[in-house]
Amino acid sequence: MLAMFFSSFAFAQSGLSSEEIESRSRKIGESIRCVVCQNQSIEESDASLAKDMRILIRERVTTGESDAEVIEFMRKRYGDYVLLKPPLQRNTLVLWFLPFLILFAMVVWLLKTVRGPKRSIEFKDDLSEEERNALDKILDTPK
Amino acid sequence: MTSVQRALLPLLGFLGLVVFFAFGLTRDPSLLPSEMIDRPLPEFELTELYKPNSIITQDTLVGDITLINIFGSWCVACVVEHPKLMEISQQGAVKLIGVDWRDSRERGRRWLQKNGDPYELVIFDEKSRLAIDLGVTGAPESFLIDKSGQIRYKHIGIITDEVWEDILHPIILNLKAET
Repeated sequence: MLAMFFSSFAFAQSGLSSEEIESRSRKIGESIRCVVCQNQSIEESDASLAKDMRILIRERVTTGESDAEVIEFMRKRYGDYVLLKPPLQRNTLVLWFLPFLILFAMVVWLLKTVRGPKRSIEFKDDLSEEERNALDKILDTPK
Repeated sequence: MTSVQRALLPLLGFLGLVVFFAFGLTRDPSLLPSEMIDRPLPEFELTELYKPNSIITQDTLVGDITLINIFGSWCVACVVEHPKLMEISQQGAVKLIGVDWRDSRERGRRWLQKNGDPYELVIFDEKSRLAIDLGVTGAPESFLIDKSGQIRYKHIGIITDEVWEDILHPIILNLKAET
């Protein structure tokens, strides 16, 4: 009963149900790094600052801010490092593409070393008649 | 390429990595650089620690060179820092404002009674509203504000004698020299 009473307020304020608010807030929270325990998201972290951030995020979602706006709010105060998924921008291009570049370089190197030796074993020209006779003669002559 | 050049490739690659790691591994990513430098104090509306009816906003803090110090009764390092703040307060070099962060009024007041109160004003920030707006990651942290209310420097951690002598006091003198 009480839950219905309170959730009706959430509905009234921004047209969002409390489940929507909770699931969106959780999704946003999972992408924000806890600045105290820095390998966890604020959803996972036990730090009290993380808890205050979770509360703040829920408040902002409830007043109608979009996911992008809430994330930008955090980024504006704490910088790119607070985003667990590094944004695609000029100073992160290397971070994003280096693995693919290395993979590409490795494939190229692999092809060269695997194909290379085989080619040098293939004989380009066959022996001519004369050369074959001369060879037979040498081979048949006992030493 | 010649076989000599080829043989040197791994070495070159290694040297490249050394340079890369020399830059990367000597920096501490856990110390977040402040996003707030050269930006104005964020807007806020909180109450004073001793007077719950007395409202403080960002406008209250504009006009003088100010050192905003984030502390809490739960913060062990703040006890270590506090004597230095008492000293700075006595010297009168800068206006000292405290932010009692994530605390109860009772505990905050008692802590200041026990350790001394160097602050002209103490802002009570129970829910980290001002702290998050400042980009605070822990206590103690301190911010230097210039006369127009712009954040000019952030120090993470205890203000030691060295930090005061080598960093904060020179900046304060510079800010004072600004018109």
